[in-house]
Amino acid sequence: MVTSSLAQTPLHDWHAAHGGRMVDFAGWSMPVQYSSIVAEHTATRTAAGLFDVSHMGRLQFTGTGVAQFLDSLVTRRITEMEIGQVRYALVTNEQGGILDDVLVYRLKHPSKGEYHLMVVNASNREKIVDWIQHWLDERKPDVRFTDITHDTAMIAVQGPLAAKLIEPRVPFDPTAMKYYHAISAEQGYGCISRTGYTGEDGFEVIAPANEALKIWESLLDSSSQLGVMAAGLGARDTLRLEAAMPLYGHELNEQTNPLEAGLGFAVNLEGRRFPGSAALATVQREKPRRARIGLELTSKRVPREHYGIYAGDQPIGEITSGTFSPTLQKPIAMGYVPPQFAQSGTELTVDIRGSREPAHVVKLPFYKRP
Amino acid sequence: MKPQELLYAKTHEWAAVQAGPQGAKIATVGVSAFAVEALTDLVYMQLPRVGRKVKAGESFGEIESVKAVSDLYSPVDGEIVEVNTALPNKLETLNSDPYGAGWLVKIKLSDETALKNLLDYAAYQKLCTEESH
Repeated sequence: MVTSSLAQTPLHDWHAAHGGRMVDFAGWSMPVQYSSIVAEHTATRTAAGLFDVSHMGRLQFTGTGVAQFLDSLVTRRITEMEIGQVRYALVTNEQGGILDDVLVYRLKHPSKGEYHLMVVNASNREKIVDWIQHWLDERKPDVRFTDITHDTAMIAVQGPLAAKLIEPRVPFDPTAMKYYHAISAEQGYGCISRTGYTGEDGFEVIAPANEALKIWESLLDSSSQLGVMAAGLGARDTLRLEAAMPLYGHELNEQTNPLEAGLGFAVNLEGRRFPGSAALATVQREKPRRARIGLELTSKRVPREHYGIYAGDQPIGEITSGTFSPTLQKPIAMGYVPPQFAQSGTELTVDIRGSREPAHVVKLPFYKRP
Repeated sequence: MKPQELLYAKTHEWAAVQAGPQGAKIATVGVSAFAVEALTDLVYMQLPRVGRKVKAGESFGEIESVKAVSDLYSPVDGEIVEVNTALPNKLETLNSDPYGAGWLVKIKLSDETALKNLLDYAAYQKLCTEESH
């Protein structure tokens, strides 16, 4: 059987027992949905959704040279991060192409002291581990580096009720926690962060693998009457698309640079050197070749990845992700076009399997929480 | 229509073949409950016009869910003689009554050989069991 070669998260049996439709995602057997993508999506927007994101790579760094080392590899300054801070950054190759988009955490464990975490995309984990190992071998800093993905689980609690769900389970007030901040847990090298990938308020919990089921069930059991649902990768995708968050392998890849992807905020070139910094400085000086845009359609036909974007008869770009937005009740998509077509209101068309459907450029994100 | 009495394509369309006027055979065509359940979150459907000629295995329309778009394949050779035009505006009918009000098209058979390739209920059930594992 194919599934036997797939990696499983500590919650795999729970998913299978609760109707999770399991698919191969980056070598992991993951639930794409339990009941319906729309139901899980709506639960996340109106109450909360629980996501098993244990397939994402978790890399742990300790040692005195960690901050300087990570600073020399990613697009943002790591050395100036405070304890408890989380930063979105990009790992780029020498050409400025995106190897991955990552979260870097600076944490302090109550008894074991300081450490850094890097959370990477499941599909890029091996590549990033090799990349880090290459630079460790070359630079030989005082850094101990461990891939803790299989020893830990990661659960995302997302939605307006997220803080309420977390509150009884932590010894601090989660509502006082700042966005993109994290607190190290006493147990193991776990932590709770106020981060997520849905456009909602929310928390992500990293915990030892053997505690995952207990945490998951306690979050879900006590809250089923509030409309909280377990949600799969399908809803995760529609939610992040409404929030216009780029997804690696779609909006981002090694041929994409952070500036055309609209991620200029995550690139700091001032007085810094990292792989790709020289190439990105050139991109910054010259005019960008293309821009990431959002499109809304009036028809019900949904633009999908690789469909062509047209201005009149001229092909100008391609869709990178598209879906029917459960919140807006219309098809939405992201894609790349030359900058002159990127202003909101620009009328374009998308080739949906041979017919040109009218679309117009809208400001991103498509959805912002009220 | 009873699902036990229908014929099925491996692509999850069903067909009910009945005698029509002037000795012609008419196949009513729909999609199985298994397929509707697998698609979930339907948002759009495109059906053909009356008069279009189709071959078995040829796409005559499409059905779109939040997740993906799928072709609808004709299980038989023939000509579209009737289309359930109300259905695209009431896609929930596919969930509630896939073998009745959720029918898609009626096709006047030009040739009956394609019928031999269709599965009976038991064989189709077996296929669904295999696909859901």
